[in-house]
Amino acid sequence: MAGKPKLHYTKGRGKMESIRWLLAAAGVEFEEEFIEKKEDLDKLLKGGVLMFQQVPMVEIDGMKMVQTRAILSYIAGKYNLYGKDLKERAWIDMYVEGTTDLMGMIMVIPLQAADAKEKQLALIIERATTRYFPVYEKALKDHGHDYLVGNKLSWADIQLLEAILMTEECKPDILSAFPLLQAFKGRISNIPTIKKFLQPGSQRKPPPDDKYIASVRKIF
Amino acid sequence: MSAKPRLTYFNGRGRMEPVRWLLAAAGVEFDEIFLETKEQYEKLNKDGVLLFQQVPLVEIDGLKMVQTRAILSYIAGKYNLYGKDLKERAWIDMYVEGIADLMQMILMFPFSPPEAKEKNLDSIKERATNRYFPVFEKVLKQHGQDFLVGNKFSWADVQLIEAILAVEEKIPAVLSGFPQLQAFKIRMSNMPTIKKFLQPGSPRKPPPDEHYVETVLKVFKK
Repeated sequence: MAGKPKLHYTKGRGKMESIRWLLAAAGVEFEEEFIEKKEDLDKLLKGGVLMFQQVPMVEIDGMKMVQTRAILSYIAGKYNLYGKDLKERAWIDMYVEGTTDLMGMIMVIPLQAADAKEKQLALIIERATTRYFPVYEKALKDHGHDYLVGNKLSWADIQLLEAILMTEECKPDILSAFPLLQAFKGRISNIPTIKKFLQPGSQRKPPPDDKYIASVRKIF
Repeated sequence: MSAKPRLTYFNGRGRMEPVRWLLAAAGVEFDEIFLETKEQYEKLNKDGVLLFQQVPLVEIDGLKMVQTRAILSYIAGKYNLYGKDLKERAWIDMYVEGIADLMQMILMFPFSPPEAKEKNLDSIKERATNRYFPVFEKVLKQHGQDFLVGNKFSWADVQLIEAILAVEEKIPAVLSGFPQLQAFKIRMSNMPTIKKFLQPGSPRKPPPDEHYVETVLKVFKK
C-alpha cells in the first residue's frame, strides 16, 4: 500500500514550493516533516537518507527522491502532467526551465545585502518583462488554447502560474502588458485543486521573512 | 528525411559539452555553428531563434531547442538512454542532476578571479570525493552491474564518465579511493561510440583556456 508522499524541508518555500504546487495541482495529498533546527538536518544526514546530503527530499513510491527537477519530473510523469509524447515533453521541459530560472532569481533576494537586493529586483523585473513573460504570452497567442502545451493542463502551466504569482509579489502590476497571461492567471487559479491550494489553510507557504531566513542560516 | 542535429554554441565545452557527449554516445552525428562575435549573437536574438535569448541552441527534429536539461532529456528519450519506465527515469534524473551540480562548479571555474581559484579547486575536490563520487561508487558496488541504472547503458552513465574525466583533468588522482569508478571509467571509455568520441578529431572540445573565456565575455558583454 502506497502511503502519501512525505516532504522533508524547512517550513518555507525555497526549492520545495514548486513540488508542493505540483502535488496540490494533481490533487495529491502529502505530508510534511519540517527541518526546524540543525539537529533535524543532522538526523537526516546521519540516517543516510539524503543522497547528496541535500534537501528537498521526497519519500514517494518507496523511493527517497532528491534533486528538485528529478522529483518534479517524476510527479509530472506519474500524474499525466507531462504531455502525450516526447515532443510535448520537450516543450514542457523548455517552458519549466524558463520559469525555474526566473523563480531562481527571486529566491535569492532574501539572502542578499540591501544594496544588492535593489539591483536584483530591477534585474528580475527586466527579465520577467523582456525575456520570460513575452515567451508565454506569445505561446498562448499563437495557438489560442487555454494551456501552454497540447491543449491540456501540464506541469508547464502550474509552474507558470507559480512564477506569475511570485513575480507579482515583487511588482504587483508586472502583468500589465500581458493580457493573455492575465487571463491565463485567472483561468488556472480557478482550477479546483489549484483554487484550494491558493486558499488560506493549505500547505502553500508564505513568502520568506527575516525570521525564516535567520532560521535557515542557523540550520545550514 | 531527417537532417543532422545542429548545435549553436561557443567553440568550447561550456553548457553544450554534455549534449555533444550524449549525441556522440548515442552514435548520432551532428553539425556545429560556433559563436565568435557579439554581432552573431545579436543576430540570433533578432531572428527570434533563441527562446529565452540564450544558448545552447540545438536544432533537432524541427524544434529549436534551448535549455540544456530539456535538450538532454529529449535526446535521452529519443535514443533510449532514459530507462525503461518512470522509476528508472527517476533514478537517472537524480544521478544526472547530482552530476550536473558538480559539473557546474567546473563550468564556472575558468570565470572565477585568480585569487579564488585555489579555493574553488579545493571545493571541487571536496565535493567530488565526499559528496558525489561516493554515491556512484556505492551504487555500482551494490548491484555489481556494468551500468548505473537498469543494467543498461543510459544518460546517467554518459554524464558520469564525462564528469570523471573533467574532474581528473583538474585533480588527476581523484579516483584513487574509488575502485568501482576506476573500472567504470575504463568500461565506458571502451564503448565504441565513446571510444570514438575520445579520440583526436572528434567534436569533443578541449578544456577551456583564456581565449575561450575572453570570447564568452566578449559575446555577452552589454
